[in-house]
Amino acid sequence: MLSEKVRGEIRGVLRNYKNLRSACMAALQIIQREAGHITEADMSDVASLLGVNPVQVEEVGAFYTMYNVRKPVGRHHIQVCTNLSCSLLGAGHIVNFIERLLKIKTGGTTQDKRFTLSTVECLGSCATAPMMQVDEDYYENLTEERINEILDGLK
Amino acid sequence: MEKILLKNLNNPGGHTLDNYIAGGGYRAVKEALKLGHDHIIQMVKDSGLRGRGGAGFPTGLKWSFIPKEVYPKYLCCNADEGEPGTFKDRGIIEYDPHLLLEGMIIASYAIGAISAYIYIRGEFAFGAKRLWEAIKEAYEKGLLGKNILGSDFSIDIYVHRGFGAYICGEETALLESIEGFRGQPRKKPPFPAVWGLYGKPTVINNVETLSCIPSIILNGPKWFSSMGSEKSPGPKLYCVSGHVNRPGLYELPMGTPLREIVYNHAGGIKGGRNLKAVIPGGVTAPMLIEKELDVPMDFDSLAKIGSMLGSGGVVVMDDTTCMVKAAYIINRFFSHESCGKCTPCREGTHWMTEVLKRIEYGEGKPGDVELLEGVCANIFGRTFCPLGDGAVMALRGALKNFRDEFAYHVENKRCAARGGFGAIGVWE
Repeated sequence: MLSEKVRGEIRGVLRNYKNLRSACMAALQIIQREAGHITEADMSDVASLLGVNPVQVEEVGAFYTMYNVRKPVGRHHIQVCTNLSCSLLGAGHIVNFIERLLKIKTGGTTQDKRFTLSTVECLGSCATAPMMQVDEDYYENLTEERINEILDGLK
Repeated sequence: MEKILLKNLNNPGGHTLDNYIAGGGYRAVKEALKLGHDHIIQMVKDSGLRGRGGAGFPTGLKWSFIPKEVYPKYLCCNADEGEPGTFKDRGIIEYDPHLLLEGMIIASYAIGAISAYIYIRGEFAFGAKRLWEAIKEAYEKGLLGKNILGSDFSIDIYVHRGFGAYICGEETALLESIEGFRGQPRKKPPFPAVWGLYGKPTVINNVETLSCIPSIILNGPKWFSSMGSEKSPGPKLYCVSGHVNRPGLYELPMGTPLREIVYNHAGGIKGGRNLKAVIPGGVTAPMLIEKELDVPMDFDSLAKIGSMLGSGGVVVMDDTTCMVKAAYIINRFFSHESCGKCTPCREGTHWMTEVLKRIEYGEGKPGDVELLEGVCANIFGRTFCPLGDGAVMALRGALKNFRDEFAYHVENKRCAARGGFGAIGVWE
């Protein structure tokens, strides 16, 4: 069940649009921000709030890659850019380093559920490559030292 | 050149309304409200401003396509900046959000829109926050909302966050996404000017395009068209990344030669090495080589030599770069971002990536380069939107200049370039 807080926030964005369905993306974003991922029950709840079929919510959740649908992630989601500019400046090494450090493979989550590691396409921070996004924040000009510091600070 | 788009880049606090107004901000809205709608559209036409999202379509002409008698009308700002190598719109949004809002208010007034959306990519969480704050400030000062600045014009601006789909930068996919659907392109015609958001007339403009509007209103179209190239005037943001000494965002007159951007502004190639290739306008734009560097960076000059200005994302690669690996990374991006609507792109980009991957991994087969060319021919011009064409243009650009390197990989099962970059194989 969606909490009253989440429901209230979803109702708040409805007035931004001409119809209820348009709020689908924002509704799923609010749920994910609170819970880290989106469950089947969440999607049904959003569907009834917006007056659409659950599958119409599901197709939105499945299409946009940032939604973690039925896919719990760790408390912190590390996303390393591996597109061209970052790869030219060592994104491959960065990914390898984090894999070794956290003893997981890309796509995996640490046993203590603290970190999930993913690789992503261009995040629009090419002049400060290599870079990664952890949760909503950008970390740029990465080195092994910087990564150690950043991850130590995320409990 | 005096900075127009990036004047607040090094100004901490420049993003706030007070600082923006102190620097002369929102004077253009006051001016615009005194002018008629048609007068503003004519000024933008006369300025020669062309869309900065990549297509270079004349902005004033786009606005003039909006039918007068149909209501409501919408303005959408395309801030779904996803072209690899591009970070210009992010710069404006984070450092000068009110410049964008001012441009949007004027554009809305000119076309008669009363609601406007900013479609910002989901990854730009900080940018979205900046926009929300700026919009809130603007409402409080009566610059947004009902009867702005005491006039009879009302305008609301909303932020719609994308959530990880490059295709939503395509204007009709962007509209689908705002309406709460999967971001897949619509058939054109009808064009958005006639059938756009919620089936109503809609203008979709890039962040950088809209941010040019306030200065055109204040300084006049002649001032604007006196900058840059004759057929693509005005200032332009160039994003430089890759193997250069000073990567960054540079505001220069449109048409600045690529050589000047790479060597003067971005400080030349890192470690004193030699340049191998440069992508001039985001990874879609076919790459150029050393002898083509004197090209002026504007829409027509780059089109003439078979590339494109695109988003102005300049990616510089030095002589240690393996072009097969670069082509593979670029193609992997397109196959990842293909929306799946049409077969040539969905299947074609996937197979291009698979073939490039095996060539890169030393598992290429004789005839693979020809196979790639065949797939390219089956995609190009046969897709619903330009994404598939983009994948082909990027690969053809690499093959045109570095075909030998691909053949070497296939034949010798290894790379001809010294070193190469990253150890991609380890984490694939």
